[in-house]
Amino acid sequence: MVKIKKENLNELYKLISAEKSLFVPAKKAGQTNYALYGAETEVDLDTLKTVKSAKELFFPQSETLYNVKTVDNKYSVTQAELQNEEFVAFGVRGCDIKGIEVLDKVFLSEPVDTFYKARREHGVIVALSCNEPEESCFCTVFGVDPADAKGDVTATFSGDYLYMKANTEKGEKLLADCASLLEAADESEIADEKAKIAEILGKLPYANLSLEGWHGGATEEKFNSALWEELYKPCLACGTCTFVCPTCQCYDIKDYKTADGIQKYRCWDSCMYSDFTMMAHGNNRTSQMQRFRQRFMHKLVYFPANNNGMYSCVGCGRCVDKCPASTNIIKVIKAFSKEGK
Amino acid sequence: MQEIISRLEELFAEGKINRVLGWKKGDLPYNPEPAYFESAEALKDFVYDGFCGANLSKYFIQGSAFEGVTAILLKPCDTYSFNQLIKEHRVDREKAYIIGVGCKGKLNVEAIKAMGIKGITDIKGAEIDGDCKELTVETLYGDKIVAYKDAMLERCHVCKGKEHMVYDELLLESADTLDGDRFAGVEAIEAMSPEEKFEFFRKELSKCIRCNACRNVCPACSCRKCVFDSNKFDSEQKANVDPFNESMFHIIRAFHVAGRCTDCGECSRVCPQGIPLHLFNRKFIKDINEYYGDFIAGENAEEKGPLTNFTLDDMEASERR
Amino acid sequence: MSIKGEEFRPQIVAFCCNWCSYAGADLAGSSRLAYPADVKIIRVPCSCRVNPMFILRAFEKGADGVIICGCHPGDCHYSTGNYYARRRMTLLFSMLDYVGIERGRTRVEWVSAAEGVKFSQTMNEFVETIRGLGKNVRLGDLRCKK
Repeated sequence: MVKIKKENLNELYKLISAEKSLFVPAKKAGQTNYALYGAETEVDLDTLKTVKSAKELFFPQSETLYNVKTVDNKYSVTQAELQNEEFVAFGVRGCDIKGIEVLDKVFLSEPVDTFYKARREHGVIVALSCNEPEESCFCTVFGVDPADAKGDVTATFSGDYLYMKANTEKGEKLLADCASLLEAADESEIADEKAKIAEILGKLPYANLSLEGWHGGATEEKFNSALWEELYKPCLACGTCTFVCPTCQCYDIKDYKTADGIQKYRCWDSCMYSDFTMMAHGNNRTSQMQRFRQRFMHKLVYFPANNNGMYSCVGCGRCVDKCPASTNIIKVIKAFSKEGK
Repeated sequence: MQEIISRLEELFAEGKINRVLGWKKGDLPYNPEPAYFESAEALKDFVYDGFCGANLSKYFIQGSAFEGVTAILLKPCDTYSFNQLIKEHRVDREKAYIIGVGCKGKLNVEAIKAMGIKGITDIKGAEIDGDCKELTVETLYGDKIVAYKDAMLERCHVCKGKEHMVYDELLLESADTLDGDRFAGVEAIEAMSPEEKFEFFRKELSKCIRCNACRNVCPACSCRKCVFDSNKFDSEQKANVDPFNESMFHIIRAFHVAGRCTDCGECSRVCPQGIPLHLFNRKFIKDINEYYGDFIAGENAEEKGPLTNFTLDDMEASERR
Repeated sequence: MSIKGEEFRPQIVAFCCNWCSYAGADLAGSSRLAYPADVKIIRVPCSCRVNPMFILRAFEKGADGVIICGCHPGDCHYSTGNYYARRRMTLLFSMLDYVGIERGRTRVEWVSAAEGVKFSQTMNEFVETIRGLGKNVRLGDLRCKK
């Protein structure tokens, strides 16, 4: 384990960014999102949750797949370049890392998504423990320990220092490269901080949320429940929950006519939208109730059914914070447990 | 608040209403959700406090399809939106029993969080029956005192007034919250050079995640199929592929509601990235007022809107300031 | 008006109403009045057919300037179309000023079927203005730039 004084963090960012791309939570026009570190960047590690999750570093909201160009009346197709340089994602919280594990299940199983895979192989994740969990957090329900987030490196603030510990080879290499700025430290120095975090976690309003009844085999009873008719009503059918979610992985593939050809790109899609998975015959899900139900059934029933019980919710609470109509996964789970089914 | 519940129970008992469209208690101190209450018993979950900022007018488009009469609770500013929807024949006035409720300013939990307050477990002082001067925010990290005014939504600082434009009956007192100039933000931008303006909007709009929350919450955006959901042209409605897409979306979104926007402020309230979207709508309102005479959308349900009207001697585009 | 390769040739989109301005452009042509070939005319039934989206789409796809031409107020083939167009365009252009697009890039001009001279003059002037402003970099999709 090593440590660095808080005031020297800027030196650390500069050192890392001199060699490779460094992505940090950065404040811009009042909001914190991941951004490429540069001289002007206002790094913000105090904000617990970036608006968009760290998902976008590995699975960007939109990315080009290939370009078609017309040259001398012939078509030429160029595939977009895969990530081929190492980059560092700094300050990723435990929930977002769990989110990436969920994405791995989707994109790294056959057929492998090469764009995602290339980013995963070249990305070094520096995880950051959550010193001050917030009321909308419920990651512990999904087995995340926010005091010990498992990235390539685990970083924890305690006192005047940021303590760092490598968990993987990639992580060890990163810390070795930065050795000039780091001091040796002992695991025991952050024990108090960890205990403090554990104590707060127990006091969070959603700490005791029960997932009883939500599992891969619950399709029939949950799908046909009359509760959905009530639960969906406040939903405005916007895509906020899906776009801030660290695990929502649906995307659309589209064409765009450029100056001299066609760009084929993909972008995040949202099951809340009426044109989601639109086909020639129309849409499979014709009402907002069905679309609303789909999102929660996918997270809590369909995904576990196909992935050995792993839920595709990680309890980050972004949807709790951001839903314009204040409806969210917690309210859904609670409504079902109140009904006792 | 008890006054509202008692009155609603009475209305149920008299058989005047079949359901209520109001706000339901959230599971955190600040997240009540819009909800339908089908019976007097269901009202046990009813809430009306400082966090009930959601404008229920738009939900009545859906509500108009239900059998019987629905009691809908509207704050003063919401009634402008409702009038506008009546004018556009998007809601059925006959099916609504409008209860105009008083308002002492609505709160924005993002404003409280922006003060660095984390881990909120309870908030006292947001009750509509109180004096709404001070909030006590209990958090996992100790209690904090916040002035009610500092936690208010931007729109309440430039309140249009506490008078209801359409209602069947009124309940509860209001308190004046106006303490700002509605067009100050627009004027500040107008005073900038084109470069500065461009920079300002680029910075704000680059945050946009194209979630369409601003559009979907907007009571004036009530088209059955939005032009941005059309697959007839290739501009993206759900991805920030190119900066142009964001500018186009926000300009057109505001333009489509120009002359119909009541400045209810819902777009800015719901934006997950905190983009001050009202700056677009207010620019149109300011221009309309200056160029075609003062107009307040939703003040009544009859008057023609400025963009569906003209005079023979309107100014030319080149004469714009 | 030399046609050297390196000289900036702006792309101009002109929306012309079928009844007056398009006929005005025709007259300019048949009277052998010159106007720059950089102007691409799109014929619309009436100036009020011009959706604000058309204008933004023109910029998106690479236009450096957009001009809307219609019948003089009072002369609209459909009686009132251009009055509505006038309000819409005033508000839209004011919004474009507001987001930092150079003011000269948009214009409304009323041109009757008899005003071939005015049409050619207007276009010459407009192209000159846009040349002065240079390429439109603030309101276009980068993917549409060559």
